[in-house]
Amino acid sequence: MTLTETTLTPAARSTHIPSPDGIAIGPRRRVRSARVGDRFNVLGAAAAAMALATLIFGWVTPLSGGIGWTIVAFLSFIGFYALLVSFTADFQEVKDRVMAVLLSSAGVVLFGALVFVVAFTLVRGQEALPHLNFFTESMEMAGPLDGLDVGGILHAIVGTLMQIGMALIITVPLGILTALFLNEVGGRFARFVRTISDAMTALPSIVAGLFVYSAIIVLITHQRSGFAAAMAITVMMLPIVIRASDIVLRLVAGNLREAAYALGSTRWRTIWHVVLPTARPGLATAVILGTARGIGETSPVLLTSGVTAVVNLNPFEGPMISLSLQVFDFVKSPEPNMIARGFGAAAVLILLVLALFAIARLIGGRGPGDLSRRQQQRVVAASLRDLQRITIRGDLRHPHQPAPLPPAPKKKESSS
Amino acid sequence: MPRTINASLSTRPAPDTEAFPFEKERRRTLVSRPSVSDSVFRSVAFAAGGITVAIMLAVGVFLSIRASDALGVAGFSFLTEQEWSPESQSFGIASVLFGTITIALIAMCVAVPLALGTALLISEVAQGRLRSTLVTLVDLMAAVPSVVFGLWGVFFLQANVIPVASWISTYFGWIPFFRVSDASGDALTDASAFTSSAFIAGIVVGLMVVPTQTSVMREAFSQAPIGEREAAFALGSTRWGMIQAVVLPFGRGGIIGGTMLGLGRALGETIAVYMIISPIFTINWQLLKTGSNSVSALIALRYGESSAFGLSALMAAGLVLFLLTLVINFTASSIVARSRSGAESD
Repeated sequence: MTLTETTLTPAARSTHIPSPDGIAIGPRRRVRSARVGDRFNVLGAAAAAMALATLIFGWVTPLSGGIGWTIVAFLSFIGFYALLVSFTADFQEVKDRVMAVLLSSAGVVLFGALVFVVAFTLVRGQEALPHLNFFTESMEMAGPLDGLDVGGILHAIVGTLMQIGMALIITVPLGILTALFLNEVGGRFARFVRTISDAMTALPSIVAGLFVYSAIIVLITHQRSGFAAAMAITVMMLPIVIRASDIVLRLVAGNLREAAYALGSTRWRTIWHVVLPTARPGLATAVILGTARGIGETSPVLLTSGVTAVVNLNPFEGPMISLSLQVFDFVKSPEPNMIARGFGAAAVLILLVLALFAIARLIGGRGPGDLSRRQQQRVVAASLRDLQRITIRGDLRHPHQPAPLPPAPKKKESSS
Repeated sequence: MPRTINASLSTRPAPDTEAFPFEKERRRTLVSRPSVSDSVFRSVAFAAGGITVAIMLAVGVFLSIRASDALGVAGFSFLTEQEWSPESQSFGIASVLFGTITIALIAMCVAVPLALGTALLISEVAQGRLRSTLVTLVDLMAAVPSVVFGLWGVFFLQANVIPVASWISTYFGWIPFFRVSDASGDALTDASAFTSSAFIAGIVVGLMVVPTQTSVMREAFSQAPIGEREAAFALGSTRWGMIQAVVLPFGRGGIIGGTMLGLGRALGETIAVYMIISPIFTINWQLLKTGSNSVSALIALRYGESSAFGLSALMAAGLVLFLLTLVINFTASSIVARSRSGAESD
């Protein structure tokens, strides 16, 4: 604010909006989107690149196959695009544009590959998926030459669910407690634990399998079992759950904790009533992401549980196959029907992972303390109930005193 | 984290004895005894941390104990011998270790440019909804089971990459790595000479480790200070100029650390490699040619038929793999942690 403004009379201080009449307003400038020329550059370069690739491809270079054509077209696209941009821009801008194209194409290649891998599995799995018996029968009565209307993957689905269930029973309490230890207790040992659990995330899955084989199967149970496979999956899932919950717990706003401490609550009560409820969606996400990883583990199950064709409901005896291992086992066979079954099982597996992921997104989409409308209503209702209880109790003790004014129901503060 | 209050009470003015005639105010102690539930929680949480560390230690200890049998027999030749026949006492991991490392290096050649580009795309180019969608997709890609990647590699990629491999070996065959020849040195052009190679396995493994690398790099890039970004723009730099001058130097630790974390993943990858390669037990310098091997594929291949001694030899191979990934991972973590400013580390 300048000096002249402050010395104005109070009447003149109110905001004065200049009249728009008589002021020429040009067309609105778009600062974000690409100019027409830029679009033509991209389109022109793409057309020229495709033409050149087709030309060179057929006659000059001996490259063949779709991938070869794409590589040639991409390289010539970069060249043509740089040329077109250089007509109107200096070297720095050409470099900027070309790099933007390169960065975007890295993203396109990566996500194209992801979509392609998933879609390829789902499309090839279509052959086996429509048969209902694929989900309700095991491979006990089906040979490799049988058609797709005989046999299924019931035994693998059951095995996966049991192994993941057992792994979760151990991973969830242990992982979340360890994450609480890292965040709420702290200290030198906690830093050491964090380093170790970080290192554990890179533990090769086959090594986890070997470990369980030598520690549990050789020493204790003396046979392959679903329980051993669950232990191996636990070793793989634990560091993922610890890391993800550690990050979530760290996001819980410090002022929530401090408010609890200021009200005189002990550390455990603060964690149980403030930290854990606040971080609940994030913790659920952490567990679900760990589950999605655990379901896909193949090699530990291969070593510790092994292949079977029958439904095995006893986790402590005999081999118990999982979906991913079943995929692996199916496609080892040269029979087309077995390969179709393998793709069907892989499609089921990937749909399971996608579903888990979608659930994790739905639950964990918001930050800790950020409540949905229904949760907010529930919190408001709970605090109203508390208020009622307190007032009634107060009235009983001091009947002559007026009830305290009800404080306005507040929603929980979101993370800062 | 709640801090302990360390404001000292002694800085208060001395209490007026006229106003407080009872007794001199004693210095209050700020240390409180934890309640029962607190100490129970503390010890349970401590135990959980201890169990986590114990599991990791147990992995190392059990592998070492089981491996000592075989390592005692093989001695130093375990690292130099190429054959794997524990029954005849001649076994070593030279060839499988070589295969593991070549596959991991090829994977890095595929993964690092992709991860770097995607991380920059997410942190610098994409905005708003697109950015969060891309982050979700990267997370999703990390959760796609490796057996699915293996299926894709065997049933789709293999057939489509062979022409490219064949083209590379025809035109760049003068580089020893890219040469594909039979025992007598004649160049092979038959498509069957290019199947199940380290090259194909490397591409698939590369795609599998991109998400790990991308998320580490993206996080490092997003921590580049906003002031210096804006300063670069204010000096008239283009976006790429800003990335070169600010984002990449600040994110260097993240790039190196992320690359190494991905390398650790690539070394340990089992099932996709096992599905793609055709296992051999000689050192194969020709990356495009059929036949390679990896430590984890060796374990998955031989665990079933092994005698007690053979199993001990496999444990020794697993121990080497474990130590290798552990060293790489610790180095990577310390590089990433050192490149960060402040206490937040995840």
